[in-house]
This record gives sequence, C-alpha cells and structure tokens, in this order.
Amino acid sequence: MTAEATATVLPRAAAAATALRRRAVFSRIPWTLIIFLLMATVPWVGSRYDTFLAAQITIDALFAVSLNLLLGTTGLISFGHVAYFGVGAYVCGILMKTYGVAFYLAFPAAGLGAALFALIAGYFCVRLIKLYFAMLTLAFSQIVWAIAYKWNDVTGGDQGLPEIPYPHLDWMSAIPGCGDLSIGARFYLLTLLLVAVSLAIVHRVVRSPFGRVLTTIRDNPERAAFLGINVRLYQLAAFVVAGGLAGLAGALYGIFSRGVFADYVFWSKSAEIVIMTILGGTGYFWGPPVGAAALVWLNQVITDYTQYWSFVLGAILLALLFGFPGGIVGGLDLLWQRLKRLRNA
Amino acid sequence: MLEVSGISKSFGGFRAVSNVSLTVATRQIAAVIGPNGAGKSTLFNLITGHLRPDSGTVRLDGRDITGAPPYRICRMGIGRSFQRTNIFPQLTVFENLQAAFLVHHRRGRNFWTRADTLYRDDTAALLASVGLTGYERTVAGTLSYGNQKQLELGLALASGPAVLLLDEPTAGMSATETHETIGLLERIAAERALTLLFTEHDMDVVFSIAQKIAVLHQGQIIAEGRPAEVRGDPEVRRVYLGQGLAHAQ
Repeated sequence: MTAEATATVLPRAAAAATALRRRAVFSRIPWTLIIFLLMATVPWVGSRYDTFLAAQITIDALFAVSLNLLLGTTGLISFGHVAYFGVGAYVCGILMKTYGVAFYLAFPAAGLGAALFALIAGYFCVRLIKLYFAMLTLAFSQIVWAIAYKWNDVTGGDQGLPEIPYPHLDWMSAIPGCGDLSIGARFYLLTLLLVAVSLAIVHRVVRSPFGRVLTTIRDNPERAAFLGINVRLYQLAAFVVAGGLAGLAGALYGIFSRGVFADYVFWSKSAEIVIMTILGGTGYFWGPPVGAAALVWLNQVITDYTQYWSFVLGAILLALLFGFPGGIVGGLDLLWQRLKRLRNA
Repeated sequence: MLEVSGISKSFGGFRAVSNVSLTVATRQIAAVIGPNGAGKSTLFNLITGHLRPDSGTVRLDGRDITGAPPYRICRMGIGRSFQRTNIFPQLTVFENLQAAFLVHHRRGRNFWTRADTLYRDDTAALLASVGLTGYERTVAGTLSYGNQKQLELGLALASGPAVLLLDEPTAGMSATETHETIGLLERIAAERALTLLFTEHDMDVVFSIAQKIAVLHQGQIIAEGRPAEVRGDPEVRRVYLGQGLAHAQ
C-alpha cells in the first residue's frame, strides 16, 4: 500500500470506527428504562390530567402491542380485537365489584378469561384466511358487544358496571414519596409497572423461536407449512396470547375509567386500535406504543382547536400511509439511516 | 423410495392428472417432463399434500402418506421447492434458514430462548453449502432471482429430507446460472444421498442429470424410462416435435 493510499484510508477507517462506537454507545443507552422512569415521574411533575393521559397511553400501549402480535408479527388482520379487551374488562370488573375478589387475583383471571375466549373464537377464525379471517373476528366482537349490551344480570346491560373499586394500594404509602399520592395516581403507577412487565415478556416472546415461526407465517404461510409448521396451530397460539394480553389491558382500563360499559366493546374501538398500531408502525416492537402515545396526545391537542377530530385523524393517517408506510417509528428509522449514511459519506 | 400409484385429480370437469403411477427409487434422480399444462405441478402438489387426490395413493418408503397435510409430509422427509420462488422475503437470509432449522428441531414451542442464538453453525454450514455465504444479513426479498432460488433450496434442505421435489429449479435463469445450479444440485444430491424428483423445461438440464424420465402429457404418463429410451420413443417425439428434444441430442 502506498503512503498516499494509507493517508486516505486511515482517516476513513478512524471515522468509521468512531461512527461504530457512537452507534454502540447510542444503542447501549437503556432507552426503554429511561422512558419507563420518565413515565413514572408524571404523578409528581405533571397535573392530575397529565396522569390521566399517561395512564390512557400506558393501557393503550399494551392493547396495541397485543394487536401487533397478530398484525405485525403473524400477519393476521383482526378487526375485532376489542372483544378480548372487553372480556378482560368485564371479567375483572365483575369479579371485583360483584364478588369482591382482590385485584391481584382478578387481574390474571381477566387475562386467562380473555385467552380462553380467544381460544374458542380463534379456533374458528384461523380456519379462514385474510379478509374472511378479519370479518369473522369482527363477527365475534359484535357477539361480545351484544352479550354485554343485553345480559343485564351479569354485565349491567346498557347501564354497564359503574364504580368498580380500586385495588388495595395502601402498601404504596410505605414507598418514600408515594405517601401523598392520590389513589388514581397510585393506580397509574401500578398500571405502568404491570404494563412494563407485560411488554418485557412480549418483547422476549417475539424474539423466541416461537416468535420467529410466527414471522415466517406472516411472510409466507405456504412455505412455512412446508418447513413442517402447523400454520393454523401457531396462528391460534398467537391469537390466544394476543387475546390474553388484550384482556389484561381491558382489566386495567375498566378500573382506570371507573366502570365497564358495553361501548368499550363496540367495533369502532377495534378500528381505533388498528389505526394506533399502523400509525406507530407494525414492523417495529415499539411502533404500537408510540402510536398509542401519538393518538392520545393528538386527540387532546386537536380537540382543543377543532371538533373535526376524525377528519384530522383521517388526513394524518392518509399522509402517513403514503409518505411513511412504516408508520412513525418506520419514518424515524428511515431518517436515522439517512443521517448515518450522510455522516459516513 | 417414493411410489405414486394410480393417482388422479380433476378440477371441475378437467382431469389435470389422470391415473398416474410413478416410482422413484432411493437415491435416484428422476425428472418429470411435459408441455405446459401437462399436470406436472399438480402432480407435485398431490405428492406434497397441497392437493388431495381424488383417487390413488402416495407412499414414502412403504408408508401411505396420501392426503396428509403439507406440514406432516414435510416432517416425514419430503422437501420441496416451488415453481415461483418461495422464501420469507422480509427476513434476512440467515433468519430464513435458521427458522427452517428451528422448525426442523421442533423448537417452535420455545417461548423464551433468544432465537438468534440457536443453530448458528448449522445455518452457516448450509448457507455455505448452497453458496450464499456473505449474504447472511441481506433481506431475502432483495436478493437476485438466482440467489433466491439458492435460498429456497437451502430452505428445502434444512429439514434434512430424504426425498427432494424441485419444481423447475432453473426456471428464469440465465445459461450461466442454470449451469451453476445444476452443478450445485448434483453435488448436494450426492453429498446428502438424496432422492431427487424434478420438473424442468430445459431439456439440456433434464438429459444431463436425470437417471430416469417420465413424460407427462395431458395428465397422463405417455413414456417412462432411462433417458435414452425416452428420447427414442415415437410418442414422445410426436408430443415434443419442435420443442427442443432433437436439439438436446
């Protein structure tokens, strides 16, 4: 190698090494932990209303991640995911209000109940493909809505189940700084913790061999079958796991909003969660939580200025689908890749 | 040994495959040829469980596998490639083959271990074997057509099949790519002691590697035997007149 060549190659290698190091540093920052901790400070630094919004975002994040297990990971389009959210909300609400069961039992029971219902509905749904699958999920969710609306003795019918008690959170007083928090703020912190643990588990599961199998089914179900995969069985498993997680989100939501009502299970809520997930980006684990935050925040900001929230939402979605098919996180990822290339060039 | 006996399949009133019998001995390389629409792909789909035959049976080493679902047939030791390239386009090349190993070793029910860490050596070895070393991190959907075909072959091999069915393995390839692919197939068939059954348009390819040829015409086998016998068959000559068989000599 000539001296000149060495002179030009060396700085470039050094720059590349710096870029690599910078990247390594960047990716070693525990972003999720930082965001979790920032979210946890909301009751102290924000208003009561901020805490309310943060709780809404946290619950929607879990709900949207559960949907994305179907949409982004397995390639199943569900238009009726709210059914499992609703079953979870009702199971938890009925157990706590009607039977006085403790939250710490009612919460897992809500997940199990929703998963069980997902097993029954999913058994039929996975027999169909694509749009037919989507329509059947919608049909099951309307069945849940009809039951919630009409079965007065159990669900409260159109009156719903108001005044679901908060869980016992007196133990939080023992934690320094938590003594002065309202019960609503305490429940938010509990919600944040439970959602964080759930997301950590889902994160692990999508990176497991099971998760990898689901991505092969998303990409090419025919080929997946000829690797030896029982495609329907795995789709059903994904459906059950996603349903169970949605049920957990529903259980939290019922307590958060101080009641469970048939409106929660109406199909438009399913559409909202699909929009949330696509808005954030179905191709990324953190897409749906980002979509949840964006949608809740946008809703607040926009309704301050105009009553045409749906119109603005539609316009944003349209722009996003054409401009950034990967959603918000996909758009940021693209931007980040471009910046990196610019810096390395 | 793969034995197809008296198999038929109709779509509506159209008999796509009619009373076809075909035996491929262990470690034999056999080809099914025939004009477009002769029923070659249908025959493959009947063997691999993608279609259920109206009548007839398929046996693998004496075991009746007729009408079993594709994933079962794959587990019993039949691998296949598809006519249109069939890979997992959004996964990387490495993830494609690794997924195939995960499934083959029945790890799909593992919800907890990180998938990245499993069967790395097996995957790397198979990538080398099908000539894709260096493409590990490429997203499979962005590979060239020839490379996608190589990857597909890798997917078929990962489950360690005894019998490999290839539907037009060199379709759409340039002369050079075809030549390389044939070399690859011969080497892999020998290394892994595979029984190979393939369909192919290119008569040069067929006559260069097949030990046995069956000619399918309008859903029926009109000739079967060693390449020299099939080449001399007057019926085959009639069906294939002007379609390159003479050229292949």
